[in-house]
Amino acid sequence: MTVSALAITSLSKSFERKVVDGLDLQVRAGEFYALLGPNGAGKTTILRMVAGLLQPDQGDISIFGMDARRDPIAAKRVVAWVSDEPMVYDRLTPMEYLEFVAGLWQIDARAAEAKANELIDWLGLRPHANELCGGFSKGMLQKVALAGALVHDPRLIILDEPLTGLNAGSARQVKDVLLGKVREGVTVIMTTHILEVAERMAERIGVITNGKLIAEGTLAELRSRMGRESSLEDIFLDLVAQGAQAA
Amino acid sequence: MSAAPTSLSWFARHELTLAWRDFLAILTGGNRARGIGLAIFLAIVALVLHLMAYGLISPWAAEGIKADAETLVMLTGTGLLFWTVMLSQSLEAVTRIYYGRSDLDLVLSSPASSQRLFAVRAGSVMLTSVVFAGLLASPLINMLALFDGPHWLAAYGVVIAMGAVSTALSVGITMALFRMVGPRRTRFISQIVAAIIGAGFVIGVQAAAILYYGDFSRFALFQSEPIITAAPGADSVLWLPAKAAMGDRQALLLILAIGIGALALAITVSASSYARLAISAAGLNHVASQRRPSRRPFQARSQRQVLRVKEWRLLQRDPWLLSQTLMQILYLVPPALLLWMNFGATAGAYVVVVPVLVMAAGQLAGGLSWLAISGEDAHDLVTTAPVHPRTVLLAKIEAVLTVIAVVLLPLLLLMALSAPYPALVTALCAALSAGSATAIQLWFRMVAKRSMFRRRQVASRAATLSEAFASIMWAGTGALLTAQSWLALAPAIMAILVLVIAKLISPRRS
Repeated sequence: MTVSALAITSLSKSFERKVVDGLDLQVRAGEFYALLGPNGAGKTTILRMVAGLLQPDQGDISIFGMDARRDPIAAKRVVAWVSDEPMVYDRLTPMEYLEFVAGLWQIDARAAEAKANELIDWLGLRPHANELCGGFSKGMLQKVALAGALVHDPRLIILDEPLTGLNAGSARQVKDVLLGKVREGVTVIMTTHILEVAERMAERIGVITNGKLIAEGTLAELRSRMGRESSLEDIFLDLVAQGAQAA
Repeated sequence: MSAAPTSLSWFARHELTLAWRDFLAILTGGNRARGIGLAIFLAIVALVLHLMAYGLISPWAAEGIKADAETLVMLTGTGLLFWTVMLSQSLEAVTRIYYGRSDLDLVLSSPASSQRLFAVRAGSVMLTSVVFAGLLASPLINMLALFDGPHWLAAYGVVIAMGAVSTALSVGITMALFRMVGPRRTRFISQIVAAIIGAGFVIGVQAAAILYYGDFSRFALFQSEPIITAAPGADSVLWLPAKAAMGDRQALLLILAIGIGALALAITVSASSYARLAISAAGLNHVASQRRPSRRPFQARSQRQVLRVKEWRLLQRDPWLLSQTLMQILYLVPPALLLWMNFGATAGAYVVVVPVLVMAAGQLAGGLSWLAISGEDAHDLVTTAPVHPRTVLLAKIEAVLTVIAVVLLPLLLLMALSAPYPALVTALCAALSAGSATAIQLWFRMVAKRSMFRRRQVASRAATLSEAFASIMWAGTGALLTAQSWLALAPAIMAILVLVIAKLISPRRS
């Protein structure tokens, strides 16, 4: 039996109301998984719990067979987190940032330097490699953050709305990088409001409303479930409407 | 009747509404009960300050205050001390008019007159500076009015004139900086100039008092015989502000006219270039700042080392920190001078030097700790990294305390050569003061951007007050220990008590 990249069991989290409600979710290794849902559905909360940024009220999170709640350090070693707000220091250059990230993940210095140079070239950041990030555009910052996520060769990349605010060129570059990583066997889990991106890139799609997974499968599976040939947008809106009625 | 849109009064009302809501938010943090509590606290502080002013003024007033050279020198010197602080503050505020974004993009992209907006914002800088200085001077002015006559209330008019002049000068300095060094460096240099002006005069006067009279008090210079003898005659224009403060109507009207005229002139001259300069300042967000590549990048380091290096890099590149550290270092000049003057002698001067150093260590540690512990721009990155949270905190604390040690070490060494015991006491109490400030910042830590630094006191007044009280108590411990008094135990116990209370009231963490 192959180990799942991510296995979530009975995961719950409440703030003033229940945001995640007994969620079960499995993502296979090497899969591109898109998590969709309306605003406030609980997508970001789920991913933040997986990344170790939030403590669940109950439930289990297993990352490549490692219990992320019991041994968070081990789980974090193989995970990279990219949010819609790039986590970059204004007063570090991209190279210094990558040096810092590689140091946090304790990557061998030589290997990290080679990898950082490769990423800087790959993402078109070479002319800005020694400029402070403070003057960068949102797209450039997101590329630096993405380079930071990749410099330690994660096995699971979690992205929360990574394309928000990016221009077409930068968005294409980020998408290409992610697809390239999936081809290399890396698992990618991404939330997005751009349904077209999910439709084109994701192998499987999960739809969340009110903290519950209400549908999951490939696009074809979702279509067959709805019983008609329609776009992901139509399927998504129908599912969300059904979810709202059920609630 | 409401003002016509985009008119001066319309902009003024808009600015006042925003300023008032901002003030309320700072005061209450959205909590009405907290606001009432703070108002009571401020009233008590005002009462205590008035009592202290009473202690200073009543003997002076009892002798009868005459407009002689002695009084004029003292008033002018004290006024200058106030004015340099006002100038420093207004310089910083005027810079913010050009560099602060908030609604500037909206207004500048609208058909409204940017010149009127500039006039209103410069006016609000003056108003803020006048209110602040007026509140600060009010205990002295009120006590003078009470014991020597209401003519002293004219001093409030002098405060208004001083505010107008400092704002006008700040506008002039900022414009000159824009011309000389361009928008890219103006903000940074302006911060440095503000720090030097703010601390420079106060420290200069103190240094002169130490050098010539061996006295730590700034007022020693204003009371000294040579200064009073060398002062110009009573009819000199130099004494106009002092005479105005004492109730001379003509002098008051004249300095008010000079102040408001200077401000009006500065606004008229500068307003036309406001939109252009503000836009060029806004463009800096997209200007690259090239750094020389590190000679030895990607060195093998432990996680703690990696975190410390990152903190030091960020602290070193923080423009706020540079000006604040400069200010702290400037404040250390008088005690250093006193040390130098007393080198080799067993003077009681250390009783004064030790608490100053201990306070400076605490204050610097508080600011640095906030930047390192709470002001984490990539909080998610550090949290999702495979690093134990304790390792992260330890590395940040080490980074902060190392900086404090580097700043204090030369003075401690100088002191140790001449007087090992006070040096030991200073080292111990400075470590306790810096450690306490760091611990408080740790207990009250929050997730914030470094750019929020200016607002850190708003986020937690409890942390700010605890930090200040702990520093004061450790400074007191240092002074009394230097004097080899058992009473040193009292402030030490108080400091520990402050820490215990801070820990108890700090937010709980799961």
